Amino acid sequence: MTVSRVCVNGEFRPLGEVGGEITLLDWLRGSGLTGTKEGCAEGECGACAVVVLRPDADGDSSSWTAINSCLVPAAALDGQEVVTAEGLGTPAALHPVQREMAVRGGSQCGYCTPGFVCSMAAEFYRRGRGGSSAGAETEHAREAPAADHEHGPNGFDLHALSGNLCRCTGYRPIRDAAYALEDPAPSDPLHTRTADPAPAPVPATTTGPFGDYVRPASLAETLDLLARHPDAKLVAGSTDWGVDLNLKHARAELSIGIDRLDELRTYDVGADAITLGAALTLSEIETRLAGEVPLLAALFPQFASRLIRNSATLGGNLGTGSPIGDSLPVLLALDASLVLGSTVGERTVRLADYFTGYRQTLRRPDELIVSVVLPRPLAPLTAFHKIAKRRFDDISSIAVAYGLTLADDGTVAQVMIGIGGAAATPLRATATEEFLTGRAWTSETADAAAAVLAAEGTPMDDHRASSAFRTAMLGQSVRKLFVETNEAQQLGGVA
Amino acid sequence: MTALDRGQAGLEVRTPHATGSLADRPSGAKVGLELPHEAADLHVTGAALYTDDLIMRTSGVLHAWPVQAPHARALITDLRVKPAYDVDGVVRVLTAEDVPGVNDAGIKHDEPLFPSEVMFHGHAVCWVLGETLDAARRGAEAIEVDYEPLPSLMTLTEAIEQESFQGHQRTISRGDAAAGLAAASHRFTGEFEFGGQEHFYLETHSSLALVDENGQIFVQCSTQHPSETQEIVAHVLGVDSHAVTVQCLRMGGGFGGKEMQPHGFAAIAALGATLTGRPVRLRLNRTQDMTMSGKRHPFQASWEIGFDDDGLITGLRATLTSDGGWSLDLSEPVLARALCHIDNAYWIPNIEAHGRIAKTNKTSQTAFRGFGGPQGMIVIEDILGRCAPLLGLPAEELRRRNLYSAGQSTPYGQPVRHPERLADIWSQLLDKADYPARLAALEVFNAEHPHTKRGLAITPVKFGISFNLTAFNQAGALVHVYKDGSVLINHGGTEMGQGLHTKMIQVAATALGVPLSAVRLAPTRTDKVPNTSATAASSGADLNGGAIKNACDQIRDRLAEVAGRKLNIHPADVRFHDGVVTGIGFHDREISFAELAHAAYFQRVSLWAAGFYRTEGLHWDAERMQGEPFKYFAYGAALAEVEVDGFTGAYRMVRADIVHDVGDSLSPLIDVGQIEGGFVQGAGWLTLEQLRWDTGDGPNRGRLTTQAASTYKLPSFSEMPETFHVHLYEKATESGVVYGSKAVGEPPLMLAFCVREALRQAAASFGPPGTSVDLASPATPEAVYWALDAARTTGVADRAAGT
Repeated sequence: MTVSRVCVNGEFRPLGEVGGEITLLDWLRGSGLTGTKEGCAEGECGACAVVVLRPDADGDSSSWTAINSCLVPAAALDGQEVVTAEGLGTPAALHPVQREMAVRGGSQCGYCTPGFVCSMAAEFYRRGRGGSSAGAETEHAREAPAADHEHGPNGFDLHALSGNLCRCTGYRPIRDAAYALEDPAPSDPLHTRTADPAPAPVPATTTGPFGDYVRPASLAETLDLLARHPDAKLVAGSTDWGVDLNLKHARAELSIGIDRLDELRTYDVGADAITLGAALTLSEIETRLAGEVPLLAALFPQFASRLIRNSATLGGNLGTGSPIGDSLPVLLALDASLVLGSTVGERTVRLADYFTGYRQTLRRPDELIVSVVLPRPLAPLTAFHKIAKRRFDDISSIAVAYGLTLADDGTVAQVMIGIGGAAATPLRATATEEFLTGRAWTSETADAAAAVLAAEGTPMDDHRASSAFRTAMLGQSVRKLFVETNEAQQLGGVA
Repeated sequence: MTALDRGQAGLEVRTPHATGSLADRPSGAKVGLELPHEAADLHVTGAALYTDDLIMRTSGVLHAWPVQAPHARALITDLRVKPAYDVDGVVRVLTAEDVPGVNDAGIKHDEPLFPSEVMFHGHAVCWVLGETLDAARRGAEAIEVDYEPLPSLMTLTEAIEQESFQGHQRTISRGDAAAGLAAASHRFTGEFEFGGQEHFYLETHSSLALVDENGQIFVQCSTQHPSETQEIVAHVLGVDSHAVTVQCLRMGGGFGGKEMQPHGFAAIAALGATLTGRPVRLRLNRTQDMTMSGKRHPFQASWEIGFDDDGLITGLRATLTSDGGWSLDLSEPVLARALCHIDNAYWIPNIEAHGRIAKTNKTSQTAFRGFGGPQGMIVIEDILGRCAPLLGLPAEELRRRNLYSAGQSTPYGQPVRHPERLADIWSQLLDKADYPARLAALEVFNAEHPHTKRGLAITPVKFGISFNLTAFNQAGALVHVYKDGSVLINHGGTEMGQGLHTKMIQVAATALGVPLSAVRLAPTRTDKVPNTSATAASSGADLNGGAIKNACDQIRDRLAEVAGRKLNIHPADVRFHDGVVTGIGFHDREISFAELAHAAYFQRVSLWAAGFYRTEGLHWDAERMQGEPFKYFAYGAALAEVEVDGFTGAYRMVRADIVHDVGDSLSPLIDVGQIEGGFVQGAGWLTLEQLRWDTGDGPNRGRLTTQAASTYKLPSFSEMPETFHVHLYEKATESGVVYGSKAVGEPPLMLAFCVREALRQAAASFGPPGTSVDLASPATPEAVYWALDAARTTGVADRAAGT
């Protein structure tokens, strides 16, 4: 059996005795690479960001992808390639991203900086980033350089940094550094590396003092393992489990890595349905769908951060069953179904029936989520309303998703409404749907429906919002939908 | 090439002055150059070391983990540590019995390091040392503690009702507030409670302690106040200060949170190291940091104000009550600064402002950028924002009319020097921000958009610079010139990202007339420069810069004697410039600084000096709250435009414009960074950052419910103004301060009041003209929604009444 190892900054290092509980961050720091920092240990601040090489859809090329190293088990990187801030450049030979950050005042205390540099580097290398390579101005007074406040003239997508927090700079110099980046030099070794495939996943078992991390070779092997160990922890992106590991000190005797199983990474856009593998990351779905499902396109930029979306999966969001998972109201409004697999076979359940209680679902312990199926045609008018304190990277206090079909006479032919944060489970707002169906889609109808929707669910008071505000936001959401759809129709398009 | 070398290509803007005063700049000065942070190259490559990174370079380190109490207040009736020793890898449990010196983590002796009575939820009862962090944690979980819960106070309302106060109560008064109010044409009263703020430095509290031979303790610590950390470690261990050395390489952010709070954690690490003989590392994780360390004080204010027919303030009476948490910490000076800044930039002829500190069962609230200044200023800004519509005046007009003018002084009796800068900054800002045109455009926008409104607001800042406590306004430095002409500087200030070290290198290079690359800065340590003040009160560059310049001047004077002999000129005619030493005018002989240093050594001339600086002219009567506590005032003004969604209260900051007075900037890139960062941090406090405690009577009473980055939201990229213009006020030489500069750390935070006021304006626009909006702080989307909903409803009610 080969020694488990990870390629860090171009050099292989033995993984050592790590079970599923040692995060990549702790492992890196333990190996002396202290440039990567812990700021929050829950994937919120990005001080721990590193880049990993991930396969592209075609399988022939690869992409440097920034992730939170504080969440992912080190063992999951067996055989993979990781680059940290130390590997991008040195004080004597700065990487282009590091140089821009340094000269523009992008670092003050410097603690968040290595993470920013890694997130920025991944965007720097993103294939098809495009844009001209014109730099931003260097005067103190700066106009936002692009027409779009979230993209630079060099095609840099500011959302690439949505998972990185800086407490010192106020972000302006970091944005200017990002927008000043040119294209990677043709000879840049990290750039040329992406022309070739990412390393294949290594089916293996690593063992630590608290338990094992197993990466099975196939779905069949996974289901067999799961049937024998129903308490095993299924780990895909580890964006939820990683938080439990760090903050709740949760431990699992057996962790099963499922993030690279081909059977869970299907992607099929058919005439009657769209099938999305449960272990595709949200970023992969976002890139591949390229706006094909407008409601998902509206969701993704508001779903956590780019760092999280680069690891998180739909299967994970559904598997944890949290009532505030942002994909759930959207999938409810899309009338999604789930394919559940086990050693005894597969079954399909409608998402509307899936949740049975707070973090309780129809999924048996021996089952895992294989894929999510979205029926077509999609509703022509859609909207996703997320209520949160912060626009980037926050958790919903209320989320409402709509799929609306209007008849030629202006009445509501069909509507599907998913709501999150209003009860112990995500809900279909069936009373509101029934109320709206068949009525003329007018401002008065929206006002009346607002009262119905506000009465669905039993929102609570907590640190995110008061129950009164949550209730008010449910009602306001319908009014906002009316204005949005009205504007969209006047423009001759769809939301 | 270092970051500093590269930056030398930047612009040089200074004109030569006659040498002599502290404020004068020689030609070719290195101060004023636009340089990146001196450690930027280390930051961006991950090479910069922070305290906790050092454990990888230290062998045999033990890790510390606390046992945190699950009660807001309780007696500890029994503590059984033995089960911890049954956990593999547990080495030692630290309890009160282990303390050889004073069991206290503070200077007021009201903060037991190991408490017998739990005073807040999460209070550390004892600490476990383990071979691994995990072993220490499991050891802590094994410890059995019996508690007898006691009644607790969680809110300011509860504390005020039960008259639970601590420390001094102070009053600032001038004139006759009652008469001022009686004479007013318009009188208003109100109450206002506003939230605190978590520092959320990205690097949590961290210490690493070692014991050398003969019991010498060496503590590396993320601290803004190494001397006080040293003193407290010494009193806990029962040793003299000379037995303890504290070093701070750099901090991953401080913001005031590491002024008082690191001491106890450093003492735990030092105690562990002395008891085990092994290095001990104590690093709080985020949850521990947020639940155990102090924050910005929340306040409650009640007030009564009067205006004359022109909108000029005639009198103000106010009571400020701060929530100090369980112990005093820095609550008294924070309150003093709040009272000293309730005027902000406005002339209040008659005033009576009372201040008191509530004692509650929360973390002990502490210094945070602005240090009470923001809490005093928000009161007057809130009053003006609420009253402007009631007076029938635009808020901009009301504020401008009340700005200080020549000959006026503050309520505590300090003349307001340079008040013309306020008016000038105000008009420059309106001009640079194109205010009239944008106001007109905004009115059109608001008329056209029933569901979206914009708001535009301008607010001023006047912030006093110096520690209120006069004694703290001193600093020391140690400067070495080696025989090869290279320079090593050491000073008492700490680097937390604010660029102090960059500025100090510039000061030394300017004073000695050498290139920046000739100067190296050594880490801050108490065995190099003793008895230092905290790097706080924005004073780091003023004080330490003064001390470094003093040391450099001593060396330079000695070198001038040597050079005079070599160049055959009078020492007063020797000029030092960029590593070359020559004479005044067109003198044709020169030697290098290195040659001169070498020559001086062989003439047995001392090449090193200890520098000292004390701020002249300060006096302060803390009981009467009168005097001249501040060397000068930092001025600024900011204008923000926001857009608010009427359905949800969600908003974004469309644009911000700032004109700010930093004197003649020592380092413009650094200063702009401080202004922008302070502004966004202030906007975070005022709009987004919300601390919530469980105030119910359930089992979790007293628990901080926002104890993680997922629940306590700081500004992210989405809160950055989409367009952001910062202008340094020009021709702003401040006499009596090092190279004519002004402090910059804290004042910009308070520029952010304009964001809150713009949100108020936008919310008001959902109602009829003249709507006065009461806005909660922080102005979260929920708070803005309730405010605009009230404005909208008021409008509906008024229209109904009118028909």
